[in-house]
Amino acid sequence: MNTTDRKARKKSRITPDLRVNLGGIILNNPITVASGTFGYGMEYEPFMDIASLGAVIVKGTTLEPRAGNPPPRICETPSGMLNAIGLENPGVKAFINQHLPVLRSRKTTVIVNIAGNTVEEYAELARTLDGQSGIAGLELNISCPNVKQGGLQFGTDPVMVQELVAAVKSQTSLPVMAKLSPNVTDIVAIARAAERGGADCLSLINTLLGMAIDIENRKPFLANTFGGLSGPAIKPVALRMVYQVASEVPLPIMGMGGITDTRDVIEFLMAGATAVSIGTANFVNPLVTQEVLAGLRDYMEQNQITSVQELIGAALPQGLPKKGSAELT
Amino acid sequence: MPSVEKALVIRHREIVPYYYELEFIAPSIAQEVLPGQFVNIRVSNSLDPLLRRPFSIYNVDKKLGSITVFYKVVGRGTELLSLMPIQKRLDVMGPLGRPFSIPGNINRAYLIGGGVGIAPLVYLARVLTDSDIKVKVLMGASTAGFICGRDMFDQLGVNYLISTDDGSEGLKGKVTDLFEQQLFLQDCDYIYACGPEPMLAKITRLALDNGIDGEISLEGRMACGVGACLGCSHPVLKDGNRSYAKICSDGPVFRIGEMLLHNGDVR
Repeated sequence: MNTTDRKARKKSRITPDLRVNLGGIILNNPITVASGTFGYGMEYEPFMDIASLGAVIVKGTTLEPRAGNPPPRICETPSGMLNAIGLENPGVKAFINQHLPVLRSRKTTVIVNIAGNTVEEYAELARTLDGQSGIAGLELNISCPNVKQGGLQFGTDPVMVQELVAAVKSQTSLPVMAKLSPNVTDIVAIARAAERGGADCLSLINTLLGMAIDIENRKPFLANTFGGLSGPAIKPVALRMVYQVASEVPLPIMGMGGITDTRDVIEFLMAGATAVSIGTANFVNPLVTQEVLAGLRDYMEQNQITSVQELIGAALPQGLPKKGSAELT
Repeated sequence: MPSVEKALVIRHREIVPYYYELEFIAPSIAQEVLPGQFVNIRVSNSLDPLLRRPFSIYNVDKKLGSITVFYKVVGRGTELLSLMPIQKRLDVMGPLGRPFSIPGNINRAYLIGGGVGIAPLVYLARVLTDSDIKVKVLMGASTAGFICGRDMFDQLGVNYLISTDDGSEGLKGKVTDLFEQQLFLQDCDYIYACGPEPMLAKITRLALDNGIDGEISLEGRMACGVGACLGCSHPVLKDGNRSYAKICSDGPVFRIGEMLLHNGDVR
């Protein structure tokens, strides 16, 4: 392109198309909020119109109410934090009766994160949520490091992952997104297992298992001993895993892990994520999602990028595997 | 409704070693904030330390649109904050949390503060005095030099009694001893307390034993400040069952006897 062309193009203002298709979940833009960091949306309503988000992924929901772990539950670490909340939530019935109607009234795209102790519990959760209006998709929490049963123990075994995803798929017509744990040797193997089970898309990464020690009292700082590390400290690890999975597995990816600004968002998209989730950064700056949404728009306008599709997987040498898994249908 | 403001720092000084008074202009927050609520402050623009730090409200100047917080340097976050020069902008989020309530039927209130826990009671004393409620402040510190808020209580014309661990001023002992000593006067029908958890546990027991109602304000490590992360959960007795309440959004102010307190004789 010569300089006159460039000047001419710069003058023509474009309206970037931010819509993405995450395995059947249509998002108005690729900026979403990660489960467990945004409550049920209302907590952040004073700061924004939550319908402006690509989606709200609500707090991990179980069949029965859960009290969660005893305190201390969180610990700040360099550029990050550990948490061991233990899936405190009011249970799926309370979610359907109390929280879902509010979210529906706000016209927010809702993805429900579900967690159970057994394959049957996941299947029952999927069945229970299936007929409910106002849900765009399910995220399978097969990677929570902070509960004794289920969670991580499912997410680290490819056979279990496939079985679990298949069991959930058989009970729901909703798109299913499997949330992968970084606490594995080969995340691509787990991603492939989810694909074999019929997952429509993947989300990664969940938190990295870590700990801190209270040196005054000579004991683990968190009551749960271990917790999940999140925040900017884990971003390079998360980005690497998104890149690896996107290179090998033809499923759309919701990328997350330490995203705090527009640059991070673009990095994840270029690594092959179709959409991204902001998590811990919401705590630091409640306006972060609005800022990166505006930032992404500006970046696309300045660089004459008409559709966010042009960014997805842009840094992958071979591009996205098989057919463009992120195309709008 | 909470908001985020880039607040101009107009006053920041060390009162006694490690204890700071910080005043900044945050008009929206100042208009709304009630005693007992708090603000979440970013102590630096970098991502380390990552999380905001919660501070109770020491004083508010609604005309000027300013808020004053009083804090003690206890770790890296407050140490960094203590270096914040005046005329700089501070990222402040608030007002957050459940405020102290002011029941219509109270006439004489005790305000009981331990250490830096006296901070939110200063603003409360002003509001109670404006509502014609008679206030007596009981405040405890390790030593006389660390007693804070005295000048403010003098300005308000509020009575205060002091206890110090080393006996350098007032009663030698804890502020809980001071409370116990005052009980025979029966000149109090409501209490407001803020301080370390063992102190609140003892105050709770004394208040319940003497049939006095009131409220306590708890401290806790928190991340979001708005009830989303569930990181600051504190044990509570609800219908006889143990569950958790969020200090940031269910509190930080709780009814006396509502919380399960460490070192406390729990009811």
